[in-house]
Amino acid sequence: MLVLSPLLVPLITALLTALLARHAAMQTRVSVLGAATQLIFAAMLLIDVLQGGRQSVALGNWPLPYAIEFAADALSAAMVLIAALLGFATVLFGRHWNETGMGMPGLQPLLHGLLAATAAVFLAADLFNLYVWFELMLISVLGLLVLGGKRRHGDAAFKYFAVSMLGTLLMLGAVGMIYGATGHLNFSALRAASIQPGLAGALPAYIGLLLLAVLLKAGAFPLFAWLPASYHTLPAPLLALVGGLLTKVAAYVLLRLLADVFVATPGVLIEALGWLALATMLSGVLGAAYHWDLRRILAFHIVSQIGYLLFGIALATPAGAAGTVFFLLHNILVKAALFLIAGLMWASAGHYDLRRIGGLYLARPLLAVLFLVSAFSLVGVPPTTGFWGKFLLLREAFDQGRYVWGGVALAVGLLTLYSMSKIWVEGFWKPHPMQQPDHGPAQLRPAATALPATAYTAVMLLSLVILIMGIFPDPFIRYVDAATARFWTGALR
Amino acid sequence: MPRSALLTQAARPLYWLMLAAAVWILLRGHNAPGGGFIGGLVAVAGSSLLAITLGPAVARRLQPLAPLPLAMSGVGLALLAGLAGVATGMPFLTHVWTDMGLSTVMLFDVGVFLAVWGALTGYVFALLDNGRQTP
Repeated sequence: MLVLSPLLVPLITALLTALLARHAAMQTRVSVLGAATQLIFAAMLLIDVLQGGRQSVALGNWPLPYAIEFAADALSAAMVLIAALLGFATVLFGRHWNETGMGMPGLQPLLHGLLAATAAVFLAADLFNLYVWFELMLISVLGLLVLGGKRRHGDAAFKYFAVSMLGTLLMLGAVGMIYGATGHLNFSALRAASIQPGLAGALPAYIGLLLLAVLLKAGAFPLFAWLPASYHTLPAPLLALVGGLLTKVAAYVLLRLLADVFVATPGVLIEALGWLALATMLSGVLGAAYHWDLRRILAFHIVSQIGYLLFGIALATPAGAAGTVFFLLHNILVKAALFLIAGLMWASAGHYDLRRIGGLYLARPLLAVLFLVSAFSLVGVPPTTGFWGKFLLLREAFDQGRYVWGGVALAVGLLTLYSMSKIWVEGFWKPHPMQQPDHGPAQLRPAATALPATAYTAVMLLSLVILIMGIFPDPFIRYVDAATARFWTGALR
Repeated sequence: MPRSALLTQAARPLYWLMLAAAVWILLRGHNAPGGGFIGGLVAVAGSSLLAITLGPAVARRLQPLAPLPLAMSGVGLALLAGLAGVATGMPFLTHVWTDMGLSTVMLFDVGVFLAVWGALTGYVFALLDNGRQTP
């Protein structure tokens, strides 16, 4: 039952918040409480998995492999916990947050629907169930995208919808054909079936189709244009949740499918994935260098970070998978923290466009420190989480003699530094463009008021976890090593 | 737009007929093809017919609850049906049967029915309202 709790709790919260649609104050209170409950249950599940190994439940007590199975191994439990942490931080941040798209009665139910679906994707142990929850996750995001109700929200939602429908059709087709070829949907059964010699025929083509669908949803090169075009219209807390989680869920699915389920995938697909990863890294970071809108810069960095994750998956070893998972955890936290900080910068200085803001270092020193923590982590300065993530990935790449892959990944790190220093110099260091020369040092936009304490608390919570993971990486690295030890080997748990 | 007198007159009786058919499909699904989802869709068709011919307000009045609470109560019923199994110590969604043939399966199906009916009529009514505001 504990296995299902991270999925059932937000589902119940969504239900309650929908029924409380007319009572805004009560609704947010229930929402915060629900998110905290999910976090507690996710932590309990992780402890359970640490003590007792993989936990699984077959719905309706039907026999496996025909039942719908939900299972939590070390990887799933960690992903569920980090998603719940992010959900809690987001709900906390959004509690007193005023921005277009916030405060609509439909927001909290959709948000918890998104959290439920995300947890279910991490816990799903069969292919069709995975597909269904993935779609529910995307539909919740579609709802969140249109909440703003302005023309630009409709535009963003349409682009997002068009691309995700294409991915959905591909994915459903691939799931159907894999079922037709193997007769199974359950992961354990599929793993066994896919390494039988008789089935080699068309299966790789179906797996390739499935990969294409997931890559589309992950925002990989060359199909990433939808991501920066749609995300930037969301208000800060939702942007943090969607930008922090969504593409990373796709990366998780890719890792799970390739490293754990279809371990006999032909090498040529993996090799292609590696080169695609490099193109994704480069196009993301170059796109970010071009832009001035904070949200667009960070959205392009999502694409670039997806490149690192694909690169880690393409290394196709347990050590590569361990690096990928560490990077995944690091990236979810850091990316969400940066989006929340961008929101605080917007609230303080009045704009998301870097050319029209400034002076934040003097006006909001605490915000500057928080930004530095996350920015250094994203770039990968030691001893931050980003450094350890990249270190694990690059060490494995160089051990395998993948010098080109490793070299490009290093160069992308430098370009990330460029983007982060741009935000620092333009947003924090230079004086605000509207400031009078003789008017004291710390003048911001006229209407700037104190920032909500809940918002600061949420960012500090995330920053604290980032700092702990960066300064004491040992237990985390040991955890991901253990979680991925059997990946790519075809060994059963 | 000219309104068809036949259609406006027939809409209400047809609505009740379709609702009865929907419930029949829902109950039939217990042992034969049918069930909550398809039954719910038929109910949505009935409500949509009313909403298009006589206006969303009429269709709303003839539903037991407003669309959103209707859908949510459906999801709530389905969740309860799943949790009943947990209460007896079995995995989620393990169904509990009584001697009379009544079971939590039925509760689950009714939940699905209400969820589909509420959610889709919510969309239909909102779209029709939208069309009326900006002619």
